[in-house]
Amino acid sequence: MEFLAPADWTEALEAKAAHPGAVPICGGTDVMVELNFELRRPPALLDLGRIRALKDWEVCDGHVRLGAAVTFARIISALADRLPALATAARTVGSPQIRNRATIGGNLGTASPAGDAHPVLLATGAVVEAESVRGVRTIPVGDFFTGVKRNALEPDELIRAVRIPETAGPQQFAKVGSRNAMVIAVCSFAVALDLERRTVGTGIGSAGPRPLTAPAAEDFLAGALDWDGLAVSEDAAERFGALVAAAASPIDDVRGTAAYRRRALAVMAVRTLRWMTEKEAVAV
Amino acid sequence: MTIQASAAGIGDSPTRPDGTPKVLGAFGYASDLTVPGMLHGATLRSPHPRALIKSIDVGPALAIPGVRAVLTAEDIPGTKYYGLIAQDCPVLALGEVRYHGEPVAIVAADDVAAARRAVAAIVVDYEVLTPVTDLRAALFDPDSPKVHAGGNVVRHQPVRRGRADDPDIRALADVVVTREYQVGMQDQAFLGPEAGLAVPAADGGVDLHVATQWLHADAEQIAPCLGLAPELVRMTLAGVGGAFGGREDLSMQIHAAMLALRTGLPVRMTYNRRESFFGHVHRHPAVMRYTHGARRDGTLVFVTAEILLDGGAYASTTEAVVGNAASLGVGPYEVEHLAIDAYGAYTNNPPCGAMRGFGAVQTCFAYESQMDALAAELGMHPLDIRARNAVKQGSVTPTGQVIDAPAPVAEMFAQLRAMPLPPDRAAGDLLPGGYGNTTHGEGVRRGVGYGVGIKNICYSEGFDDFSTARVTLSAADGEPAVTVHTAAAEVGQGLVTVQGQIARTELGVERVAVAQADTTVGSAGSSSASRQSYMTGGAVKAACEAVRERVFSLARERGFQVAEGSRLAGGKIVSASGEPLVDLALVLGADVVEETREYRHRPTGPLDRMTGQGSSHVQFAFAAHRAVVDVDVELGLVRVVRLDVVQDVGRIMNRQSLEGQIQGGTAQGLGLAVLEEIVVADGKVRNPSFTDYLIPTILDMPPMGMRILEYPDPAAPYGLRGAGEPPTLSSTPAIAAAVRDATGLALGRVPIRPEHIAVPAQNAARDG
Ligand SMILES: Cc1cc2nc3c(=O)[nH]c(=O)nc-3n(C[C@H](O)[C@H](O)[C@H](O)COP(=O)(O)OP(=O)(O)OC[C@H]3O[C@@H](n4cnc5c(N)ncnc54)[C@H](O)[C@@H]3O)c2cc1C
Repeated sequence: MEFLAPADWTEALEAKAAHPGAVPICGGTDVMVELNFELRRPPALLDLGRIRALKDWEVCDGHVRLGAAVTFARIISALADRLPALATAARTVGSPQIRNRATIGGNLGTASPAGDAHPVLLATGAVVEAESVRGVRTIPVGDFFTGVKRNALEPDELIRAVRIPETAGPQQFAKVGSRNAMVIAVCSFAVALDLERRTVGTGIGSAGPRPLTAPAAEDFLAGALDWDGLAVSEDAAERFGALVAAAASPIDDVRGTAAYRRRALAVMAVRTLRWMTEKEAVAV
Repeated sequence: MTIQASAAGIGDSPTRPDGTPKVLGAFGYASDLTVPGMLHGATLRSPHPRALIKSIDVGPALAIPGVRAVLTAEDIPGTKYYGLIAQDCPVLALGEVRYHGEPVAIVAADDVAAARRAVAAIVVDYEVLTPVTDLRAALFDPDSPKVHAGGNVVRHQPVRRGRADDPDIRALADVVVTREYQVGMQDQAFLGPEAGLAVPAADGGVDLHVATQWLHADAEQIAPCLGLAPELVRMTLAGVGGAFGGREDLSMQIHAAMLALRTGLPVRMTYNRRESFFGHVHRHPAVMRYTHGARRDGTLVFVTAEILLDGGAYASTTEAVVGNAASLGVGPYEVEHLAIDAYGAYTNNPPCGAMRGFGAVQTCFAYESQMDALAAELGMHPLDIRARNAVKQGSVTPTGQVIDAPAPVAEMFAQLRAMPLPPDRAAGDLLPGGYGNTTHGEGVRRGVGYGVGIKNICYSEGFDDFSTARVTLSAADGEPAVTVHTAAAEVGQGLVTVQGQIARTELGVERVAVAQADTTVGSAGSSSASRQSYMTGGAVKAACEAVRERVFSLARERGFQVAEGSRLAGGKIVSASGEPLVDLALVLGADVVEETREYRHRPTGPLDRMTGQGSSHVQFAFAAHRAVVDVDVELGLVRVVRLDVVQDVGRIMNRQSLEGQIQGGTAQGLGLAVLEEIVVADGKVRNPSFTDYLIPTILDMPPMGMRILEYPDPAAPYGLRGAGEPPTLSSTPAIAAAVRDATGLALGRVPIRPEHIAVPAQNAARDG
């Protein structure tokens, strides 16, 4: 197996163009597991670990732009105020050791339906910056997940960054796992309110072949929510929960049953909505 | 001047020699063994739970560069089968596979990658058959296919006492509770996967360095399969990364030895995590149906129980597990009228055998749940109904055995009750769901539950159970030094340390070395059944006593006065009152005193085949837990808030090791209560990885309060009582009871999964 170690981003793009079969490796917390289990035997690894630029984040044009190699540990320590739901999701990823290495770009690269960043990226309307020697392409995250562990990258493309709109209202993330830590989501849910545009964003994890949104629930809530008082009736909250559950297409597997996932999504949707609309929660 | 008892003797907690290296990552485990020129072994395993093997083509594997040998059942040099009790397990599949993961062929190659590639290149033509996976059908449906020619019943052990079936007796009960319970398949989940090194020897034999629980039983099973004389299979214990029963059965031992003998080169085999889930037996899943009748005051009138245990494809220790389930199946309670039927089955599910608690865990969940159900019916406190029926010294067990040692069960309840409950939930406490942010307090209810268990210590049912110790005393540089040599397996429980403590106490010598366990000394028996402190501890004590007698004679021969009642302490012979008489070094000179002793516990008898009557156990041990849980009743998520435990150990040999055992056993019971299960569907293992086989993390394990009682057992060395297993029994039912208390659900199955709580239709419990 060849090991390509480009020193900068340009070299990385060139290497990827020259070796489209090379598998990028960033934190390695997914790639190394796959290699150990012999799930794949790629001709080459393309190490992104030396590329400084990928590890930075910045704020520009109403977005937080996270380099692909920003770790979950960094998101927790540096971005909890700007990206509260993403930081909540980051806290649920693996263990401290994993969070020190695991990156947002790697999470997207794997594109697992259980990737914990995904529901938040969906709910907040994030955009993936993909780049190749041919140029830069922006992919709305809703178009990025194309199937079970499949994403929209072309063989010569790498993820440069992900752009997340600056918080425009309350947002929440919740993840059910059957252990108190270090657990893959049985299902997860994210919701974000945009108080200016008066829109609702949602994201559902581990309850379908890919991360999902709940458009009917979003539309319903946008109409049912009292945006000025940021309040919602009990009935409307329950209906929102039911619509979120209906948007999922879960299966029975070792982690949980389909019926449980639907039930848990409804519960999480109602609870997270309450947290966003209760007065003290808004202040957070 | 009087000489004090030696420091780091029994009752102290000296630092264990393996502790620091393990924490630093420097400890040498079996998987770290290397010798120059060694080959790497790998195993081809069956993807099917039941299939006929039409043909095996090893040609493509042999063609891979670096591959030195590819062996199948045809290449087994000697006996084709092995087993701890019945020899029914083929070394490599013989014409048929009976479980998902059964070894079919083995490979040795220059490196791991080549070995694995070769495994993938072997072509096996299977005729897939419908597996036998339903436990009840396997046992009782006459039309069920037979997993082995002799039928699917490994053992049926009835226990009968009084007249449990007599309507007049049953009429004495004011309440009768019938429920069915299920226990999922738990794994030992030891962290060091199966590994070992086989080195071919010039004499045609083989030297094996393996992580195992019982060197001599391994050697006795290995030699016939290799077609070697017993003395040609020599074994040394390699670094063991946990065992919990999972290393009682052979894994890679014969395979590595076959490859080493074939190639003439050392061969190491190391399973990876996934393979480890297929490489050892698990805890028997159980289906149990219990009926308890009690008077209004809570006194038990009668108990009937049907206990079905799934032994999977091969017998392993199922026979003995059934014996425990049957004889301990009503728990630490006095019951006049009872009828128990315990069955162990063959199926095409993964083989099950020894795991911490050994047949006493499954029934403990059932009988403790029954005691709670009775308490609820009668409006009694769970501890009151337990105390009313608790066994004590002099009680008769269901098999007619008199408990002749202290059994302070009622006192344990009183102590448990006296321990403070944790405060109510406060802001900042971790909630159910942990860091998942699933609740800010909504839906969270607290529950409290209790559990107590009874476990036999040492081997039962007439087994000739013994251990051997060799103790050597000499003087070097004017200072006495002791070496203790046994074949007892240190599996992490602290056995090496306690052997040293005993030698220091008995011989009054500071410098004690414990030699590497191997088969150049006699058998120590297994590191299981909570028996090593008792058995190997007893053997070390006996050998030390023999050494001491020799030293006294030597002293007298050399003209020193050794009064009656003299002892050894502080490197000297001292009088009964502690006055120093003479330095050991002076007595010994250049002489070496060496004594080897075998230690046997008192004999036990069999269980009658029809009535189950018999004094089959050596010693009984008890632990009781109180669990406090917070449950998110809408999401079905559980956080165990507190686990308090009371255990009687007869005598504390090493408090730190003991507390570690109690904590670890409790954690394993917590795992079974709410997390740990090997999910098997149609005979196939669905979660052979720590991604989905979830063991408790530090955030799942709550703080523990602990009270340790010391009521000595006069029959045991130092009065000690085996301690490793009992806490594993009682923490599971305590937690299940606490979850029931919080949810109001019946919850007849462990592990309790979120859907059992949150989706009532998926609640696995069934009322009778
Ligand atoms: C013990 C353990 C626990 C875990 N727990 C969780 C959890 O709770 N939640 C969760 O979501 N995940 C979890 N994971 C999975 C993993 O940690 C995450 O998916 C992580 O975000 C991957 O990041 P990485 O940098 O390590 O990715 P890598 O392993 O380096 O790469 C992952 C994938 O992304 C591709 N890739 C990486 N960078 C780029 C790039 N810049 N451009 C294009 N492709 C790229 C790689 O080729 C690969 O396909 C866990 C993993 C382990 C081992």
